[in-house]
Amino acid sequence: MRSLATARPRPFRLGTTGLVYLALVSIVLVGTAVAAARGHNLLGTANLVDMLTRSSLLGFVAIGQTLVILCRSLDLSVGYVMALSSVVAATTMAGDPARIGLGIAAVIAVSALIGLVNGLVVTRLRVNAFIATLGMGLIIKGYLDTRYKGPAGDIPEAFQLFGYTRIAFLPLSAAAMVAAAVLAILFLRMTRTGYHMYAVGGDAEVARMSGIHVERPVITAHVLCSVAAGAAGLLVAARFGTGSTLVYASGYDLESIAAVVLGGTYLLGGRGGVAGTVAGVLILAVLDTVFNILAVDPFFKDVLRGVIVIAAVAIYARRQVDRTASRSRFAGSRGGPSGGTGDPPHPAPAEQGGRT
Amino acid sequence: MNAPDPPLLRMSGIGKSFFGVNVLEGIDLDVRSGEVHALVGENGAGKSTLMKILAGVHPADTGHIELSGERVEFSHPVRAQQAGVSTVFQEFNLLPERTVAENVYLGREPVRRGRVNARGMADDTAGLLDELGITGISPHAAVRTLSVAQQQIVEVVKALSSDARIISMDEPTAALADHEVELLYRLVRRLRDRGMAVLYVSHRLKEIFDLCDRATVLKDGRRVDTVPISATTPTELIRMMVGRPISTFFPDPIEGTRPGPVRLEVAQGGNDRLDGIDMQVRGGEIVGLAGLQGSGRTEIAHALFGIARFTRGEVRVDGRRVALRSPTRAVREGIALVTEDRKTQGLALSQSVLANGRLVLDSVLPFRARSGARRLPGFFTSLELVARDTAQEVRFLSGGNQQKVVLAKWLATEPKIIVLDEPTRGIDVGAKRAVYTLIRELAAAGVAIVLISSELQEVIGLADRVLVLHDGRIFGELPAGASEEAVMSLATGSHNNGREVA
Amino acid sequence: MTRTAVPTAPGRIAREAVSRLVGGGSGTVFALLILIFAVIFAINPSFAQPPSMLAFAKQAAPLVILAVGQYFVIVSGELDLSVGSLVGAQVVIAAKLIDGEESRTVPVILLMIAFGALVGLVNGLVTTVLRVPSIITTLGTMLVLYGAIRLWTGGAPTGALSEAFRRPGRGGIEDLPVIGQLPWALLIALAVGAAALALTRSPYGRTLIATGDNDTAAAFSGARVWRVRTTAFVLSSLLATAASILIGGFAGVTAQVGDGLEFMAITAVVLGGVVLGGGRGTVIAAMAGALTVEALFTLFNQLFLPSTIQPTVQGLIIIAAVGYAARQRSTRSP
Repeated sequence: MRSLATARPRPFRLGTTGLVYLALVSIVLVGTAVAAARGHNLLGTANLVDMLTRSSLLGFVAIGQTLVILCRSLDLSVGYVMALSSVVAATTMAGDPARIGLGIAAVIAVSALIGLVNGLVVTRLRVNAFIATLGMGLIIKGYLDTRYKGPAGDIPEAFQLFGYTRIAFLPLSAAAMVAAAVLAILFLRMTRTGYHMYAVGGDAEVARMSGIHVERPVITAHVLCSVAAGAAGLLVAARFGTGSTLVYASGYDLESIAAVVLGGTYLLGGRGGVAGTVAGVLILAVLDTVFNILAVDPFFKDVLRGVIVIAAVAIYARRQVDRTASRSRFAGSRGGPSGGTGDPPHPAPAEQGGRT
Repeated sequence: MNAPDPPLLRMSGIGKSFFGVNVLEGIDLDVRSGEVHALVGENGAGKSTLMKILAGVHPADTGHIELSGERVEFSHPVRAQQAGVSTVFQEFNLLPERTVAENVYLGREPVRRGRVNARGMADDTAGLLDELGITGISPHAAVRTLSVAQQQIVEVVKALSSDARIISMDEPTAALADHEVELLYRLVRRLRDRGMAVLYVSHRLKEIFDLCDRATVLKDGRRVDTVPISATTPTELIRMMVGRPISTFFPDPIEGTRPGPVRLEVAQGGNDRLDGIDMQVRGGEIVGLAGLQGSGRTEIAHALFGIARFTRGEVRVDGRRVALRSPTRAVREGIALVTEDRKTQGLALSQSVLANGRLVLDSVLPFRARSGARRLPGFFTSLELVARDTAQEVRFLSGGNQQKVVLAKWLATEPKIIVLDEPTRGIDVGAKRAVYTLIRELAAAGVAIVLISSELQEVIGLADRVLVLHDGRIFGELPAGASEEAVMSLATGSHNNGREVA
Repeated sequence: MTRTAVPTAPGRIAREAVSRLVGGGSGTVFALLILIFAVIFAINPSFAQPPSMLAFAKQAAPLVILAVGQYFVIVSGELDLSVGSLVGAQVVIAAKLIDGEESRTVPVILLMIAFGALVGLVNGLVTTVLRVPSIITTLGTMLVLYGAIRLWTGGAPTGALSEAFRRPGRGGIEDLPVIGQLPWALLIALAVGAAALALTRSPYGRTLIATGDNDTAAAFSGARVWRVRTTAFVLSSLLATAASILIGGFAGVTAQVGDGLEFMAITAVVLGGVVLGGGRGTVIAAMAGALTVEALFTLFNQLFLPSTIQPTVQGLIIIAAVGYAARQRSTRSP
């Protein structure tokens, strides 16, 4: 029956994700060696807890961001959603353990609503996602700055455990983040909406012609991304014991995009996945921890981080170029001439529903 | 005319206008089960629009569609698909990053126990490929790793998997190499034998006569006639399409055209796709490059234009050795390249006719841009460009008019050497004639011309000499007026009566 | 079928210029600008007096200049997120190196120009040659500049600007009849605008826009895409440097100077109907977008809105304006 079906399960995608994990392992190895030279154990419990704790916050945001970027969209409002969610959680719970469930429900409702609005503005009003979510961020910022002059609300002890509990070296928050990542991977691999996210991100016109309601995956991605940011906000609230409005200034929006791209997901959508993103988040966390051990000036960390993200993406871009070259042997000449661009030649229709 | 059973597909009185311009008017079309029905006409005759109405991309303004006698409304491509009408467009509706199976079931992914049944998708895809007798395509392969012909097969499989009864194909051979066309023929015949109705749009008359049972001719948005293929001739069909006899197709050389000194000379040129390329083109001479897709035709064009340059051998322009390191250098040396893919390589679609016409001048010869641009309207006029005005964005022009903009862009640089890669692909007969006339005029003006085309007739009808490529090498040279068979036997490498091959 | 020559009468060209300016989503920004000013004048008729308008111009000039720079990058199909931190870095560099010494003003400004050009060059080359998406490149540059400047100054800006340095930002031609002070900032912004307009009409500008529309076609037409785009990044950084001189003079030296300016500039350009992704929109409309953003802030002040709620209104208006422009574009006939 299947004389021709040489059942190979997608070698190419493992390739990219594999590379990211390879990078992660090498960074851990080099970091361990460097730390050992300074008399520290990078893989000691304290450092592991530090790394995983760092990862969990960015992880939630970056997992959501991955879904949005896969759909060829972008969410710059996640930092503000985090801040708002922490405030909503803290004020709803108001120190009463009985209201924990209510607080969580409120956060999910509020963040889902914001994601819904983002998604609708991007798809229905056809506002460029960059602008739409930037605008949404500004709207939330204005609300937070006007309404709250500082930390607000009170998180009950019981919920603060979410921020501090750990099993051996594994913080509960990191475990929750990993669980969220697994759920997201299953979502992308096993649901039609997940399939359609790749389709819409890969080529919205093709998706539309194939009967996919192209707006739905995008809206779903935005809702899930906002909810993930809301979960990060809950974690912030649990850590600080109160609603923290100033989280939005910590740059999680751009950092989550950096983590996603570092994880090998294509910024223009249609290729990549959550597994890579988790590796990207871990790479950033390991670097942070190593810098801490080395007592690197915090400002120098920014410099290094900027350089590393650019370098990593440049390496992926190079791989991408090689692949384009090998493709042209079959499909005529698609590769542009020397001195090209950041974006590969895109033979898509002129009107693509404005996105970055 | 009145068959006892209603035809599988009947379109009656279809009319459509865009922005007040009537594109289609009162089109009637019947397609029967087990029939391959050709839809022919010049570009702009309305074929694409009719196909898009059938595919549910555009709604018709007037008229209606019946399937087996039942009226249907296609408000969306998926409605058409669900009713059993599938369309294979020229621009494939495939996602290069996804697998064959994922593409085949795109938008219709089977769900079992709440999850997408990936294995079932792959198995069913493999089954369909088997059924069509296709080997060499794995359901798990990413579509970007497939050749154009294989991607087309994936499109057909996609149509079959949705239980299509009617498949319409828009210029299915446009991107295929000649040996792949055979594969497509077999595929179409298999579909017909399964009792499906195939609506086949093509510019190539040979295919229509090889493959189709009846043909409907459109002209200027109206149906001219529907004729059984057995009862007509190519000349007759062309006459219906354009109202011109075929003899005027390739204009004769303009009087006084004579080969001058050698303008372009390649000696032992080679890179990772080409080897041992020796060629000379004189001013006023038209040298054709023939060969199968992938034989190195486009690669020579790109090497001459500095895109994928020669890494071995040398190139001389007017006897002077030149290093063609980039398109910029090539333009400075007086070389022009009309690329095979107009939309992705030739034009900035959202820019105006004028901006596109000026593009080469602006980017390479800024100091000549102003004076060069002043000559553009003249070129537009002599090429008979039809546009609202020079400020119109080129994406609103027809394929033929877009190609005229590309040609004007290069004429403005006053090239010494012009390389034309598939200059008439996907353009209507009228525009083709304009291109042919232009080629003759350029030759008369002493320009050295390299003409690449998949349409053998075109190369044979225009070129003074034909170089036949095979596997990245020049396999032989034929004089003007050689037979198609001679070219083909060289191109397929089956016969070696040309130059010695290293 | 009758074939007609393509008309290119001068009258057509003039009409084309107007329709290009107003069409394609750019019309929205002019309408919005007029509307906002109408409301401002209605609330506070004295704002229509020349001195108030000139003060407004002085305040708006830096953003207009940044928008011009951002326009070049956006129309070429890229994005420059580094301008905000570059403005901050330049102001801090100026303060630290000049340190109140008048004689150092010119050399330091020359150094700033060189530094600006270098940043633009790095942005451009990393984006074009290393093929890193510009949003990531310039995000990286933003992080690097942010960290490097604080590392250099130890966290808080030190030193002081000279009087001469501050003159372009706050000074002007004094004691003119009727209008009072004619700010240098306005003259500089006008000069930048005129130069930018000339540039977009030049062969380089046309190539830039075509590259933003379809870089493959541009490359196949002989354009050196990497050079075209890198130049756009250098222009953006140089204009950010110019803006930093005005901002430093106008607002003085703080650690936060420049924060968020990149988003303001992008907002301004997009509000002007310039399409992210490249190839469409005019520089005039981008400048009008910058004026609109500044007028919006002025309106908020006139309405005595608390400064904290301003972002909310700003966000709503941006989304509404861009959504409206997108709608206009999609329903426009060819």
